[in-house]
Amino acid sequence: MSDYNFAYLDEQTKRMIRRAILKGLAIPGYQVPFASREMPMPYGWGTGGVQVSAATLTPDDTMKVIDQGADDTTNAVSIRKFFEKTAGVATTEETAEASVIQTRHRIPEEPLREDQILVYQVPIPEPLRFLEPSEVETRKMHSLEEYGLMHVKLYEDISRHGAIATSYAYPVKVEGRYVMDPSPIPKFDNPKMEMAAIQLFGAGREQRIYAVPPYTQVVSLDFDDYPFEATKADAACDLCGAEDSYLDEVIMDDAGGRMFVCSDTDYCCSRRKAGFVGAKGTAFEEDAA
Amino acid sequence: MNADVLKGGFANAPVDSAHAFRVLMNVMARPGTIEDLAGAVPPAPLSVAAGVLILTLCDPETPVALCGAVDCAAVRDWISFHVGAPVVAPERAMFAVGRWDDLGVLDRFAIGTPEYPDRSATLIVEMETLEAKGATLSGPGIKETATLSLPDVAVFQKNAMLFPLGLDFYFTEGSRVAALPRTTKVVA
Repeated sequence: MSDYNFAYLDEQTKRMIRRAILKGLAIPGYQVPFASREMPMPYGWGTGGVQVSAATLTPDDTMKVIDQGADDTTNAVSIRKFFEKTAGVATTEETAEASVIQTRHRIPEEPLREDQILVYQVPIPEPLRFLEPSEVETRKMHSLEEYGLMHVKLYEDISRHGAIATSYAYPVKVEGRYVMDPSPIPKFDNPKMEMAAIQLFGAGREQRIYAVPPYTQVVSLDFDDYPFEATKADAACDLCGAEDSYLDEVIMDDAGGRMFVCSDTDYCCSRRKAGFVGAKGTAFEEDAA
Repeated sequence: MNADVLKGGFANAPVDSAHAFRVLMNVMARPGTIEDLAGAVPPAPLSVAAGVLILTLCDPETPVALCGAVDCAAVRDWISFHVGAPVVAPERAMFAVGRWDDLGVLDRFAIGTPEYPDRSATLIVEMETLEAKGATLSGPGIKETATLSLPDVAVFQKNAMLFPLGLDFYFTEGSRVAALPRTTKVVA
């Protein structure tokens, strides 16, 4: 513990990140440039989220880290260990127990409270980047509120596929002003972004921080005749039977066998503990894991 | 140099500033909320809350403007020693601290540019009283409405009109702090 400054980063770096977070909260959805540091993990593994978490954590926090909803995947386990070692914080896998939740590509199923903070890992923070490669141009487009290109992209989805086929990183408009990339969460999660918790977004390689304060209007872009739909696989979780959670499809064999399971492992587990059993599940046993 | 200048900083900087930042983030994300800051003892007339805020957010990269009574040798020396922030004119400041009347015409502070609205000043307003009554606030971070004893109304309405440009405010009184970002709509 004493080998590191609290939460790994030096104090001047944390102040710089903290100032960026505050301006991000004051201008919801606007991408604040920050001097992203090299972290002891590769780009694409959550370096932005880790820096935002490091600047946000206090020793009293309880941290949860999820990767695509799961607490037990490599990325989540290694980030959790990183903060156990460098910040000495308590960690948990239970959504309700956590005060800071760092996430890669999901919002927990359980609604978050006012005393919680959700930190997103963001790969490409610029929603217009795949439509316009120049940062100079996209920055100008944001300043002029020129978002026609994004609607053209969604329109082309409809003309090609008959529906808006964009299923993740679905663009949102924050408080009627900035179009924002919600990070690659499934569009199923978009409606949850109007929440009681503070949402912070960190993109390490792209050096951007942005934020959404609690109770802020977050609208998924759509058309009057093709309204936004929060879609998920049309099935129930095979382990816990949940019909309202986002599902992962798991291939079971090479003969077409498959099952659907909750992507949020804590949600699935807590339902199984409460006695819910899905079509292919078995009753929960404490030491089955 | 007066030895008092060396006193009053954070006892445990990484932990004290982490706690202070969480308070500063929470009040900025929830305009109208009043919380307590602790950990520093700045020289008079700087309030504890303003002192903790400066220790937490300012450093040699952030020019600070001192307006009115806080522009005294004791405060200047304390900021130089503990923070290292350059003390500058309001036009060049990223942070400015002072009483409402001393901050004067707000037009002179940076409000950002259309492409970089984050390059705007944060003002720390030293208040006589800070209470959850007075002007009605609504906007991001506020579930329905909140109330806060603001020193003015028209100025904040004008500031909100500038969105996404504009100034962001912290209000301090003793150890208490509240905030008002540019997104908040203010009604008398």
